[in-house]
Amino acid sequence: MIATFASATDLPPISAPDIEYSLLAPVFIIAGVAVLGVIVEAFWPRSSRFLVQAGIAVLGIVAAFADTIWVFVHLDKLDGSRLARGQVAAEGALAVDGPGVFAWGILLIFGLLSMLLFAERRLEGGLSGFTGRAADAPGSASEAEAIKHRVEHTEVFPLALFALVGMMLFATSNDLLTMFVALEVLSLPLYLLCGLARRRRLMSQEAALKYFLLGAFSSVFFLYGIALTYGYAGSFRLSDIDVAVTNRTGGENMLLAATALMAVGLLFKIGAVPFHTWTPDVYQGAPTPVTAFMAAGTKAAAFLALLRVFFVAFGGSSWDWRPIIVAIAIITMFLGAVVSISQTDVKRMLAYSSIAHAGFLLVGFVGAYAGSQDSSRITSTSSILFYLTVYGVSSIGAFAVVTLVRDSGGETTHLSKWAGLGKTSPVLAGSFALFMLSFAGIPLTGGFIGKWTVFSAAWSGGFWWLVVIGVLVSALAAYFYVRVIVLMFFTDPVGEGPTVAVPSVLTTTVLAVAVIATLGLGIIPGPLLDLAQHAGAFVR
Amino acid sequence: MILSILAATPIVGAVLLALLPREPAPHHRAKYVALGVSLITLVLSLVVMARFDQDAGGYQLTEKHEWIKVFGAYYSLGVNGIGITLILLTTILTPIVILAAFGDRLPDPKSTNAYFAWMLAVEGLAIGAFAATDAFLFYVLFEATLIPLYFLIGSFGGPNRSYAAVKFLIYNLVGGLLMLASIVGLYVISARQGQASFLLSDLQNLDFSTNTERLLFLGFMAAFAIKAPLWPLHTWLPDAAGQATPGTSVLMVSVIDKIGTFGMIRWCLGLFPGASDWASPVVITLAVISILYGALLAIGQDDIRRLIAFTSVSHFGFIILGIFAFTTTSLAGSTLYMFNHGLSTAALFLVTGMMIARRGSARISDFGGVQKIAPIMSGVLLVAGLSSLSLPGLAPFISEFLVLAGTFTRSIPAAAFATLGIVLAALYILIMYQRVMTGPLKAGNEGVSDLDHREMASLTPAIILIVGLGFFPQPLLNVINPAIDEVISHVGKGDPAPKTPVQIDAPATQEGGHE
Repeated sequence: MIATFASATDLPPISAPDIEYSLLAPVFIIAGVAVLGVIVEAFWPRSSRFLVQAGIAVLGIVAAFADTIWVFVHLDKLDGSRLARGQVAAEGALAVDGPGVFAWGILLIFGLLSMLLFAERRLEGGLSGFTGRAADAPGSASEAEAIKHRVEHTEVFPLALFALVGMMLFATSNDLLTMFVALEVLSLPLYLLCGLARRRRLMSQEAALKYFLLGAFSSVFFLYGIALTYGYAGSFRLSDIDVAVTNRTGGENMLLAATALMAVGLLFKIGAVPFHTWTPDVYQGAPTPVTAFMAAGTKAAAFLALLRVFFVAFGGSSWDWRPIIVAIAIITMFLGAVVSISQTDVKRMLAYSSIAHAGFLLVGFVGAYAGSQDSSRITSTSSILFYLTVYGVSSIGAFAVVTLVRDSGGETTHLSKWAGLGKTSPVLAGSFALFMLSFAGIPLTGGFIGKWTVFSAAWSGGFWWLVVIGVLVSALAAYFYVRVIVLMFFTDPVGEGPTVAVPSVLTTTVLAVAVIATLGLGIIPGPLLDLAQHAGAFVR
Repeated sequence: MILSILAATPIVGAVLLALLPREPAPHHRAKYVALGVSLITLVLSLVVMARFDQDAGGYQLTEKHEWIKVFGAYYSLGVNGIGITLILLTTILTPIVILAAFGDRLPDPKSTNAYFAWMLAVEGLAIGAFAATDAFLFYVLFEATLIPLYFLIGSFGGPNRSYAAVKFLIYNLVGGLLMLASIVGLYVISARQGQASFLLSDLQNLDFSTNTERLLFLGFMAAFAIKAPLWPLHTWLPDAAGQATPGTSVLMVSVIDKIGTFGMIRWCLGLFPGASDWASPVVITLAVISILYGALLAIGQDDIRRLIAFTSVSHFGFIILGIFAFTTTSLAGSTLYMFNHGLSTAALFLVTGMMIARRGSARISDFGGVQKIAPIMSGVLLVAGLSSLSLPGLAPFISEFLVLAGTFTRSIPAAAFATLGIVLAALYILIMYQRVMTGPLKAGNEGVSDLDHREMASLTPAIILIVGLGFFPQPLLNVINPAIDEVISHVGKGDPAPKTPVQIDAPATQEGGHE
């Protein structure tokens, strides 16, 4: 572009970046509300701050969601061999396209549901589930004092919103630098949130530290991958990288190394084997509302980034990376399913189940079936979007149930304490059973349709044998979901058994939404599937 | 519309029962609501039967609505002669089972509502599965039946019930998931050849390569063979039947397992005729092994419920043998057998369940001489038992004879070995009857009282039908036969030409004659 040789004193004119504010408004709203939260934190009186923070967080997300719908409806439809809609925005940094905006929508829903769980204060006697003063050493005198004065951390809301901004940017980044920044914006608040549990603080802090160290480690891999990719392609833009990869401009080894290193960073975030080891510890230690937010949101955002990098930037070298991803998908499904059988803690079990689900999602991903303009066949992208929606909503519902099963020490996550829950509180146990059945992929639940879509995408991509492996692992995975149902419904309670706390309207709403969505998406999945299919392919 | 109403009635009843407030024992309201709903369903099914034109053939009373557009899945219902026979079986058995289950002692009496609600759910889903003419809809309903049965076995069975429930679920889920792989494959293939559609009529027009057809067939067949159950995939059945309540066992063996054999006819033969033909030697061999193995193991059982479960393995062997022999006679026999086996097994499970509840033990060796103090009960057991061994004059005889007669024209060794099953059947039933009912009254059996009025009321319809259809099966055969002819002509393997020059009814098609 710049072909003029100007003299050193005569600077080239710097034009202001052209930002499509109307398209990016959902991101700006969330970012703005997060900043507003920080200001509130500084100036609002402590007594009513919690309600104000929760209120603006919820209202901000609702507003952003409404705007997301507007953006989705107004995306331009593009000509081409495949159905695609949207455009590259913010000087090429972001791609506001169908899948990206769909992802914004589900991330905002996950965020909204999680904020309701964050704001639940009835379970801890009028206090939130977060520690009163994170700086106090666990068990110290100053902690006792903080508890006595009923101190609360209200920063959790702006922190979660910053993470949400990061997720939204991560899902729509169109160049690798933006993607890296988004990755850090989404990760750093989450590291912090993980360490803020009110009960079992040591475990929570351990989780935060593990997550931070491993997360930082994987970020470095990702960054190294970006550097090598830049070396190979000479650009950070995904579309430029695609051109370079398709033309094979550079050395083969450099490309392979770049692909592998980027994959490590992304697979870490989605919790795929062998980069999954943080998942159980972090899921178990983090405050349960944060776990719910992470399980649903991080996975969705990271999967979108994974799809974007591999379908757009490395689409031309799919023969190089597909065999590895196939292997990772098989190991991830298998290990997640097998190891969760031996878990005795509900949150750890759900963590391994999330690993297994990452494997199933990868099955849809390797199919890499992109569809065509005139065919209505399920594409890999739309199958994963649908799966992420169902999985996220069911996960948040399952973790909401976990917050309610308690004894004197807080949540009782040991599975043996859940025995006989179906007899004492059939509705709660019934909804948890529904989420388990959905995870297991039993028909009439959303999980079944989700599984069906990823398998059909894999088959369309020619991996019919992977589908067979997938269904067999599903049967294995079903065993441990069923085991929980056996425990809740067919086993007599041991000793006193757990008490089920009566939640406020917030958690009840989350549970009701999750149950209705899980069932509804199983019986009438058509509208959402159409929407996911309608989103089309990534723009570049 | 009438088929939707028929399938929805029990489901609505189940939801109603689940919402009804719990009441103190003896839970009359829940029981009578359940019975009432099942009777309404029975009446509706008779209306369906009356509106079904048995001479017209094909799928009737059809409904079709788009369900999931992207998948090409339709909410599409319709019945042919086979489907309506099995729907009738379901609607006849459910009130019988519910009435008989009034006296069941549940581990947790507070859950009476749930017990009957799950039963009605099974009925509704089964009717849906028998009426579905869309592969996706069928699959969803077929798999969904697992959930109510799982809870019925796991919540209300014997001491080892949770093991049995999990085994039941996992076995059936593995089969179901293999079928899921085939369903996914059908979707991709049908989408490649134009518009994706799961309608039976559209799927039948797909072109498969030979290997694809065989693989897809194996996925479907795995699910049905586990469900039906075919040796060596049968081991979940004795455990499940040994732990479940009698009513649950009846619903499981007499109704839900029939979806397996029904599925073989509608989906395996209907979609993959070539592959079915290819697999038939293996399936026939496994079926014959099932017949003999089930019968031999039944002779060796000491637990009455497990004994009946093994007799069912043997009988399912006959049904599958008849299906894969591909003759009009054997296929009609198999379909009739599904109906008759449903009745006779229901009678057996229910009457033995009543005996076991009174004696407090399911072991044959704990019984003895019961005939003297409970003559009506022993009479019912005798009739049910004799029907299970296919005594002429009782319904299963006709069907077993048709299966064997049809198989003889296809494969003499298979038919010859299968006939041995009849001899073994006489052994397992008569030995059981002799040990339980005859001889001097054994200590511990004094408390065994005879059937009361409610129990007689529940068993009488089954006994009447067993005897009635034993003498006069023609009305049912008239319904079944047109559908069978369509299946056989679709498979494209006409009846083998008779080798003897005697002029009997000449078969319509001559190709595919058997050496």
